[in-house]
Amino acid sequence: MAVPVTIGVPNVLVSEWTKLRSLRSTYWTAIVAVVVAIGIAILGCSSFVRHFSPSDLHGFDAASFSVQGLYASQILLGALGVLTISGEYATGMIRTTLTSVPQRRSMLVLKGAVFAAAALVLGEIASFGSFGVGQAILHGKHAGVSLGDHNVLRAVIGGGLYIAVVGLLAFGLGALVRRTAGALAAFFAVLFLPSALIDLLPSSWHDTVMKYAPANAGTQIMAVTRQHHMLTAWNGLGVLVLYAVAITGLAVYLIGRRDA
Amino acid sequence: MIEVANLSKRFGSTLAVDGLSFTVQPGRVTGFLGPNGSGKSTTMRMILGLDHPTRGSATINGREYGAIRRPMHQVGSLLDAKAMHGGRSAYHHLLCVAQSNGIPRRRVGEVLELVGLSSVARKRARGFSLGMGQRLGIATALLGDPEVLMFDEPVNGLDPEGILWIRTLLRSLAAEGRTVFVSSHLMSEMALTADHLVVIGRGRLIADCSTAELVASSSQSYVHVKTPDVDKLIEALATVGADVVEADQSLRVTGVGSATVGEVAAREGVVLHELTLRQPSLEAAFMELTRDTVEFGGASTLQIGA
Repeated sequence: MAVPVTIGVPNVLVSEWTKLRSLRSTYWTAIVAVVVAIGIAILGCSSFVRHFSPSDLHGFDAASFSVQGLYASQILLGALGVLTISGEYATGMIRTTLTSVPQRRSMLVLKGAVFAAAALVLGEIASFGSFGVGQAILHGKHAGVSLGDHNVLRAVIGGGLYIAVVGLLAFGLGALVRRTAGALAAFFAVLFLPSALIDLLPSSWHDTVMKYAPANAGTQIMAVTRQHHMLTAWNGLGVLVLYAVAITGLAVYLIGRRDA
Repeated sequence: MIEVANLSKRFGSTLAVDGLSFTVQPGRVTGFLGPNGSGKSTTMRMILGLDHPTRGSATINGREYGAIRRPMHQVGSLLDAKAMHGGRSAYHHLLCVAQSNGIPRRRVGEVLELVGLSSVARKRARGFSLGMGQRLGIATALLGDPEVLMFDEPVNGLDPEGILWIRTLLRSLAAEGRTVFVSSHLMSEMALTADHLVVIGRGRLIADCSTAELVASSSQSYVHVKTPDVDKLIEALATVGADVVEADQSLRVTGVGSATVGEVAAREGVVLHELTLRQPSLEAAFMELTRDTVEFGGASTLQIGA
């Protein structure tokens, strides 16, 4: 039998894509993540319009207001990111994966890339979808903005980018911790603990912690106007990318050393 | 061919595999026997590159598993029935494995047909019985039409029909010239399936020999003799160095074969009513071997015709 030379990157990408799309949970999570983002845009913008007074427009960021549902989507897609790899450990699939692709580190990098790409597409759908629906409602009170306005396109595209990077961070935690429950706990801790525990820290640290906490840094990309004491849009997203790459990188390093 | 050389694995303070060396040859079914916890699965996991050896090496056709370029084409393995995601259908489970090794999609249909799962190909594996799970695992192993096959306890949980199916499959794979390495704790099953045996206990090699040799080498093998002239035969057998125990008007002779006993009797003109070589079952021979490891820890290795 003619044996091809080596497993190629496309082989692993196609295989990982098949794995992702062949689980029913992927579809449900994806649908709910998009529906929740758009639903929150409808609820939030309708409420804003209903209780509208002209003074509300002062400092109002209509773009980021309409995509606030992404804060809920990130939890769902983050959980999917964790499960993409921790589910393999939980079911025993990982042994099949590692015997069919023994180049463990490459496998994990490509698996993470496939998931991040899927999360990016879903994030953009959720972001543009909720922006479109939200602005349509806000336009009733002339409170809406359009994609051509200053920084708005960046904020909306940024919403999808933020989801993709958070998804990668969750995937990295799943690969590092390998247990679903532990990895989910770690994911929520990374997202929410810095803000929740800020008051326990010395006050001189507050500004730094708030600035560099993963969620705070990453969400600046969705702000049309730069917020006080926060990083700029791209620097903030860059900081979040560093967290995601560091955690995933550590998991990639360890998967080559640990017993499966 | 699988070659294991001085392989050891330590988990904390436990030495699960201890300086194991053996070779698994193509063209025959090699059974891998040992009591629970003797290190069979750990050894197989190291051969497949899932666990890293503490010392020593395991190679398949001269390469470590991790260095094999498209492993599914060279090695097929079934580690346990649950090395799959229950939420995925049998078809998609096989498809994603096939795609990772560049195996064409039509091969998925072929192996499903081969293991008899075509009718449930689109059903999720979560609903499969243990036997169906084993069949799907075997289908996965056969995807790349590999030369080397490794199965860890493949008959676990199968009904008699399934056991017969596996036995026939293993023998036909070996008859095609493939290397077939099968672990089991069911000695009777191995007696029917395996040509050659590798027996381990406490992570050490106890025996590496043919199935027939393992049985013959057991101290429970003896020549059973019945004769009306007991005393004369005992005297005569003593001169050729046989150990004789008298019991129930018959003799239990060890140390010489049945041919020698017959020749001695003929020379002395002793009438024999019965002359039989009594051998233990593989099960009993195995129990005896592994009991030795437990009792004496580092019992010496029995190496016959390996």
